Amino acid sequence: MAEHDPRGERLDELRRKFGREPLPPGADQKELTPREAQPRFRGLESGHRACQGCGEALAARLVTECAGPDVMIANATGCLEVFTTAWPQSSWRVPWMHSLFENAGAIASGMEAAMKAKGKNTKVLAFGGDGGTYDIGFQALSGMLERYHNVLYVCYDNEAYMNTGIQRSSSTPHAATTTTSPAGKERMGKRHLKKDLLAIVAAHHIPYAAAASVAYPADLQRKVRYAMGIEGPTFLVIHSPCPLGWRHDSALTIEVARRGVECGLFPLVEIERGAVTNVMPIRKVRPVTDYLELQGRFSHLMTPDDARAEEERAHLQALADHNIQTFGLRGDTPDAGDTQASSSVGRGGHPAGRV
Amino acid sequence: MLEAIEGSQAIARAVAMCRPDVVAAYPITPQTHIVEALSRLVAEGEMHTEFVSVESEFSAASVVLGAAATGARAYTATASQGVLLMAEVLFNISGMRVPLVMTVANRAVSAPLSIWNDHSDSMAVRDCGWIQLHCADNQEAVDTTIQAFRISQETELPVMVCMDGFVLTHTLEPIEMPDQTDIDGWLPPLEFDRRLDPSDPKSLGTLVSPDFFAEVRHSHHAAMIRALDVIETVDDDWHAMTGRRGGGLVEVAGDPEAKIGILAMGSTFGTLETGMEHAGAQAGRARLIKLRAFRPFPAAALRAACAGLEHLIVIDRAISPGLGGVVGTEVAAVLAGAPDAPRIHNHALGLGGRDIPETIYADLMTAVADPDGPAFSVFDADLTKLDPEDR
Ligand SMILES: Cc1ncc(C[n+]2csc(CCOP(=O)(O)OP(=O)(O)O)c2C)c(N)n1
Ligand code: SF4
Repeated sequence: MAEHDPRGERLDELRRKFGREPLPPGADQKELTPREAQPRFRGLESGHRACQGCGEALAARLVTECAGPDVMIANATGCLEVFTTAWPQSSWRVPWMHSLFENAGAIASGMEAAMKAKGKNTKVLAFGGDGGTYDIGFQALSGMLERYHNVLYVCYDNEAYMNTGIQRSSSTPHAATTTTSPAGKERMGKRHLKKDLLAIVAAHHIPYAAAASVAYPADLQRKVRYAMGIEGPTFLVIHSPCPLGWRHDSALTIEVARRGVECGLFPLVEIERGAVTNVMPIRKVRPVTDYLELQGRFSHLMTPDDARAEEERAHLQALADHNIQTFGLRGDTPDAGDTQASSSVGRGGHPAGRV
Repeated sequence: MLEAIEGSQAIARAVAMCRPDVVAAYPITPQTHIVEALSRLVAEGEMHTEFVSVESEFSAASVVLGAAATGARAYTATASQGVLLMAEVLFNISGMRVPLVMTVANRAVSAPLSIWNDHSDSMAVRDCGWIQLHCADNQEAVDTTIQAFRISQETELPVMVCMDGFVLTHTLEPIEMPDQTDIDGWLPPLEFDRRLDPSDPKSLGTLVSPDFFAEVRHSHHAAMIRALDVIETVDDDWHAMTGRRGGGLVEVAGDPEAKIGILAMGSTFGTLETGMEHAGAQAGRARLIKLRAFRPFPAAALRAACAGLEHLIVIDRAISPGLGGVVGTEVAAVLAGAPDAPRIHNHALGLGGRDIPETIYADLMTAVADPDGPAFSVFDADLTKLDPEDR
């Protein structure tokens, strides 16, 4: 006979009271989808609470898929933290911790120091939104990079504070509307420029800093693997559309992200020790309006016969042109960066090599 | 004219009526609607202020400090983690005795993460040297916000206006919005003598040796005590203009002859009032005491409000782990010397957004009758959710 287990009984009672309805018998033996059936590691499980078409959820799955399983994550406050974990559930299959909004870089530094002290090789990842990275967590990030912690910091850049309901951040593009940069009689959305965080991060002379986009998953995963192979601070900013905040159809996440790259507004560059070493070439450069027209946050720029709108469109086009020229993005080769698909896992301490 | 307005929108409009020169704020639930409403007023040209969309609350507090130090009328708003991130600056602001107004949309503090209402945030900075006023409903919040600018100017102390997150900030209530011309006449322009001014250079925030530090603190404390009178006279003045009171220092409702009193801050007060009306004769009628001014702490007004009570239930919307309730402890301290001081029953309620139903009134009245009742409890905790050793 099984031993009397009051604690287990109490937990069962709590589960009955507060947990989900139990699945009907046999329901957990459902057929796997082709993706579920793939023998690949999944660090972030489905079933979380992200919106349909959330770019950040997709990006985080892609990152953890090829970084895991021997990792641990420090996650800043934000959508990713909130939609993946609500007591008593969690979507994470890797050790994960949320502390505060502004300290992911420092929490990760502590985890890494402990791994070093214990002689362990587990790679530490830090995750933050653009608010947690470009703005409030910027100081902790800078400290982490400067102290040369062996951490891969991933910024899921959806260009606003989405979790609190779409407020502007220093990553919000010029002229985009948010609830704190609304368009009105006296304003055309955000008045300031998007901060060039990658350049600032690169100025710490870290081994590797790169930009990726959810529209190019193989390129994104190649960059994660490359960063995982480096012992030292590495940084990845991932352009992650947010259908709610950008106000686009949730079926168009990938299309929106792709156009962001193809018009030159979000250049996919790789910077090693301060020098640009690789860029994703754009074979057919699109006008920025192709990108803007899909998104409600720019709808005030699309009103016909409006001189203010025309001026802001020209402004954004000039910013894209500047990127294309500065990084030499125009290319006639195929999208070279988007051809890798191997799933090998490297981590700090291994000789760095491009896979 | 009464209008049905959401608490946050009403606060934004009240702030706009005070014509601040500089506003700096950072989004955090449940304060965000206030910043968003202010942004809209600015974008539409309905409010002329330098609106600084900062990158953290630390900077929000610092921006308004910098602005106020030059003699500008400045305003910010935050909640929860934001209050705590500001903490260092909050002490700095009051230490320099700079007039400023901040709304706190009260919310619990992480971990565990909770976006819901309690008073842990403003309690955590109770000793930061700011005047702290708690509002029971949205009308009081509007009136108190405008009054706060005047109190702050007259006392040269910063004022924190606390309103319960969601319960007030996100709730539509009929509100009488004051008239702009009335406010323009009632709130004089800010004349801050110690402002940074090239024609009369002063140094703020200097190093102070032990020869002076104690005197600085003494004078800060004395200024807070003097502010008790200012809070009352400003409320009287407001009453003369609008016919409404913001709540003074302490307000008493219910049965003045009752032997049982219940003291609360913020929106819980309204719940108790309604709860008492609906509870029926069996529950009995209590004297309800609303503590509006938490800092400065109105000792004399409290003693008067509690005179004749045999039992006093003090409700805390936060907990000081290892002590119990802060309001309860402080109220007990000011009543301690009084003859026939009531027995204090201190309960924490509604932590992290736990709903406070009207029936709480009857439950509290029942608990008072228990001669062996605890001096402090987390009244609405369901202990069956915990391991036996944690109960
Ligand atoms: C000190 C502090 N200030 C404000 C907040 C409120 N807050 C929580 S998440 C968030 C925005 C997150 O934005 P971002 O980092 O861009 O991530 P996203 O939600 O867009 O993924 C804010 C403002 C907080 N938790 N802590
Ligand atoms: S608001 Fe945007 S970032 Fe947040 S879960 Fe929804 S789609 Fe994702």
